[in-house]
Amino acid sequence: MASISLARPGIWAIRGPMSQRRYWLFAAIGLIAPIVLWWLVANSGWVEKVFMPTPGSVWSRTALWWTEDNLLQDAGISMYRVTAGWLLSAVIAMPIGLLIGTFRPVQALLEPLTDFVRYMPAVAFIPLVMLWIGIDEGSKVAIIFIGTFFQMVLMVAEDVRRVPAAQIEAAQTMGATRMEIIQLVLLPSAKPALVDTLRITMGWAWTYLVVAELVAANSGLGYAILKAQRFLQTDKIFAGIILIGLIGLVIDQLFRLLHRRAFPWMHKKS
Amino acid sequence: MDAQKVVTIAPRIRVRALGKIFGDPPHQVEALKDIDLEVCDNEFVTLVGASGCGKSTLLRIIGGLEYQTSGEILSGGKPVAGPGADRAMVFQHYSLYPWLDVMENIRFSRRLQANRGELTSADVEMASGRAEALLNLMGLPTMAHAYPNQLSGGMQQRVAIARALMGRPEILLMDEPFGALDAQTREVMHDLILHVFKLEKATIVFVTHDVEEAMYLGQRVVLLAPRPGRIDTIYKVPLPGQRHQDMKHSREFLDLKKEILQRIRETSGMKTDSDLLEQLSRTAGSQ
Ligand SMILES: Nc1ncnc2c1ncn2[C@@H]1O[C@H](COP(=O)(O)OP(=O)(O)OP(=O)(O)O)[C@@H](O)[C@H]1O
Ligand SMILES: [Mg+2]
Repeated sequence: MASISLARPGIWAIRGPMSQRRYWLFAAIGLIAPIVLWWLVANSGWVEKVFMPTPGSVWSRTALWWTEDNLLQDAGISMYRVTAGWLLSAVIAMPIGLLIGTFRPVQALLEPLTDFVRYMPAVAFIPLVMLWIGIDEGSKVAIIFIGTFFQMVLMVAEDVRRVPAAQIEAAQTMGATRMEIIQLVLLPSAKPALVDTLRITMGWAWTYLVVAELVAANSGLGYAILKAQRFLQTDKIFAGIILIGLIGLVIDQLFRLLHRRAFPWMHKKS
Repeated sequence: MDAQKVVTIAPRIRVRALGKIFGDPPHQVEALKDIDLEVCDNEFVTLVGASGCGKSTLLRIIGGLEYQTSGEILSGGKPVAGPGADRAMVFQHYSLYPWLDVMENIRFSRRLQANRGELTSADVEMASGRAEALLNLMGLPTMAHAYPNQLSGGMQQRVAIARALMGRPEILLMDEPFGALDAQTREVMHDLILHVFKLEKATIVFVTHDVEEAMYLGQRVVLLAPRPGRIDTIYKVPLPGQRHQDMKHSREFLDLKKEILQRIRETSGMKTDSDLLEQLSRTAGSQ
């Protein structure tokens, strides 16, 4: 019997297979190569240290920040602001998005309005926020809230709308009431997408942090970056940016872990 | 004796002068027009017809998922006003709840009742017995704790059918439930659904575009014609109550199948397509 054995497609096949080990090898290259490149460029003397500090100086600046300048407190307050703004927006956006995605009249009332507002630049609200809320913690939380809330409402509405009609109609023909459909079908069905929405909007909340800390802050990672700019401490700017990136990466991974833990049925294949 | 007879032939579903127009003027589509149909208790009726002739629409109106724009529809003598547990529906796909395992999916209707405090503990016990029985009936006893995305398409539809039967509906509405399955699996499902039909004593209305499927399953085959959707012919299937795959090769079966296919072609305007093909091949030949 002649049997044809097909060669396993290579990693460069479209959507080709890749072993876990190789995946991490490539990921490591992707992460380390830019650092090496940075190190080469910074040490080559082509660019002035003020414009591009070396990885080493960024590292020692970070250590100094940790020991003398209370890095932990800056990171903590920033994390608090981001989380507060994002949480506030989630708590309000979830029910509103759910209603928009479920009831057409609510959609007609609120969706075009939300669509309109989300194109307004959050940064431009800073003067208004200062006027209305003042310059204390509330104003920073408010900026992050404005930056994430409207997008979040639209995304939640879309998540709920994407629940297959057959799932809803099956429940209806089993005698489910509107409330039961929301509780037992729409919410559990949309939940994985909602967790993804929360993860993505958390990322956006971080991008508004620096903007928020423009508002008369005297602590925080964003504030530290702005202050470093004033003193031309490029290494500290680098340190701040990288720190925000790292915190974001960790939070993102935590959300992914939560997703895998909370929705085993999505990740389990026989 | 006579009175009993009257009771047994009283229609389970009565559709009278039913019409359905989708949309607002000026963009209206007349999907159904003047539909008159009676389905008896414990009858298996199949709906066939060209694509877009309104089969799904009619089924969904019976199920209360869509409303008619004229005429009336009675289920067990009462006008249909929205969906209800007496008329369960099985869809072509995507209707199982992927976050619930097979057993939880089957018990979903009981969960609704438990939610409202309508169940006593004896009911709950009975229900779990019924869920087990349905799982066995569907040939899935080992799959109780699998998630839907771990099942093949055929298994998923078995679960969907079991879930629909769980609440003991009087009417089972099925919209191309096997449309996405391969031919072998479909044959197995046909005998399964006939077995279920005999055992559960439900009334079934089944939509398909597969004429053989419609004839093998149905006691009557209702042929709809499109634009606007209306009943063209109702065929009585010349097969005994107890069906059997070999019957598909009998003379009568094949003749009727040919007749129905011919009629669908005539009503659907497919003729123009074949004319077009002929025309095309003629122009191609002359070059
Ligand atoms: N929600 C809707 N809005 C507007 N028109 C609709 C809607 N649903 C169905 N129609 C129209 O009504 C007609 C009948 O549709 P229906 O889905 O009932 O046909 P069908 O016989 O089930 O077709 P198929 O075999 O392709 O499933 C079609 O012309 C379709 O375009
Ligand atoms: Mg259809």
